[in-house]
Amino acid sequence: MGVEVPDVKESFPQAIYTVTIGATPEQGGTRTKVVTVGGETTLPFHTFEGEIPHPPAVAMEVWDIPGEDWPEVVKEPFADVMESPGKWARKCVEEYGADLICLRLVGCDPNGADRSPEEAVRAVREVLEAVGVPLIIWGCGVPDKDNEVFPVVAEAVKGENCLLGTITQDNYKTLVAVATAYGHKLIAESPVDINIAKQVNILAMDAGFPLEKLVIYPSTGALGYGIEYVYSIMERTRLAGLGGDKLMAMPILCDIGKEVWGVKEARAPREEQPEWGDERLRGPLWEATTAYMYLLAGADILVMRHPRAVKAAKETIARLLGREG
Amino acid sequence: MILIGERINAGFKDIARAIREHDPGPIREWARKQAAAGADYLDVNIGAASKDPADMEWLVKVVQDAVPTPICVDSNRPEVLEAGLAALDGRPALVNSTTADDEKLEKIVPLAAKYEAGIIGVAMDERGSPQDVERRVELGAKIFAACIDAGIPPEKIFLDPILMPIRFMQDQAMKVLEAIRQYTMLSDPPPHISVGLSNICSKAKERSLLARTFLVMAMAAGLDAAICNVMDKELLAAVAAAEIILNKEIYSDDFLKVWALKRSKGGG
Repeated sequence: MGVEVPDVKESFPQAIYTVTIGATPEQGGTRTKVVTVGGETTLPFHTFEGEIPHPPAVAMEVWDIPGEDWPEVVKEPFADVMESPGKWARKCVEEYGADLICLRLVGCDPNGADRSPEEAVRAVREVLEAVGVPLIIWGCGVPDKDNEVFPVVAEAVKGENCLLGTITQDNYKTLVAVATAYGHKLIAESPVDINIAKQVNILAMDAGFPLEKLVIYPSTGALGYGIEYVYSIMERTRLAGLGGDKLMAMPILCDIGKEVWGVKEARAPREEQPEWGDERLRGPLWEATTAYMYLLAGADILVMRHPRAVKAAKETIARLLGREG
Repeated sequence: MILIGERINAGFKDIARAIREHDPGPIREWARKQAAAGADYLDVNIGAASKDPADMEWLVKVVQDAVPTPICVDSNRPEVLEAGLAALDGRPALVNSTTADDEKLEKIVPLAAKYEAGIIGVAMDERGSPQDVERRVELGAKIFAACIDAGIPPEKIFLDPILMPIRFMQDQAMKVLEAIRQYTMLSDPPPHISVGLSNICSKAKERSLLARTFLVMAMAAGLDAAICNVMDKELLAAVAAAEIILNKEIYSDDFLKVWALKRSKGGG
């Protein structure tokens, strides 16, 4: 029986900005490959109606200090390398296929190890030397300390075209200045609030930073922890961007691993929650499922932890884009 | 919101003189000022200063040499309209305007189709301006149908329900608002709906306040275009705020900056 399917294709007036992270020696850096995200002219995976020139990229998380509070399940794959950011990063790239490394400078936290900017630079250099993929460098999140660390770190990796984060509504001037001076991209963070997401971008623009060099980080919630709020904000952001809003047309980053491995559904061992089943399966599955949801909401960069979740996310991206092996 | 700058009109003495003397100076200046203020189109009207199509051709060329902004060719004479349209360099254009008169529809609608321009249709006919909602809707629908028949798509049709001076016909503004609401239901997607905003405050004191108050009320009813004084900063700020309130633009604390950014890049 012939059924007429109506043509539901939509077209949008504006493409999402294309953002490239990393620089090869010819481009003034030392990376063996660069990663480009964005450029899409349609909603996630709507390949039937628009262009999705660059698949979402998966960054794996590495710390400048060992991840002491990581649950055993996600610590185990890295148990032999957590003492060394370089070895840790190499394992992520060589064994687990990370597209990027997200180096989180947790050790700089003044409430923790309180490492100096120079120690942060050492960790960054170690990672740069160990791997050829581009870097995301994420501060400890304490504004005063980030403002002390980033000028030194950004200069040390001048020309590498890293993605630095994060700028917020209340703290952006220093990072905007150093990213401009040393040629890096920036992550613009907002607390699950689309109006503030837009405002941060305006502030960066007003400070002279090009909108085309920003990545939006709308905050991330793990599956079961507000994911629907973030999802709807990402969806609206993307529709506005595609619809012509120049302040909302940035690629979007989701910080999956950090959120997922903080919730009990992923962390709790079977002994504590026998009805939830084996955490060795459950944890990575929670991370992978969270990643799937954000891919559908419009994520361009996923920051993840567990190798099995990374593998699942990458396979899903390839399958949804029809680019399987 | 589509803002059409009203200032290059022979109703203004400096423009009338410039047209008569073929002095491009004041015309260029107003073209640049209105474009910089964020006009989406510039209305050009030789009005009573001339009946010669060659003057419209000259005027259009002066404006388009000065700025890249799309042009709204304004005359009630088909031969003058055509001279302006023929002089265009391929940029988007609007024909301003036809009425619902059969004679006008027959001559002016095909011009818009021929030059692939948008067209403003004013809801009046040989019997004059309507005084009620029904007649406004009837005439608007007649113009809309004639344009569709000529192959002009809804997104290039602008219906004008005719705004009257509040000073003299205070009961008409409410009727215009209702006509706007009804125009939005003519088709999906609906046509654009435009007014000559300065009519509302003709001969009144507090012109700017009346104009911007009516404009935001009309936007809530469905108005999405206006021929207006784009140099009025408070008017433009009110439009920016109305776009936020109507949820056409995502709110941010600096939404006025966003507005300025969009306008400076032309379009929005």
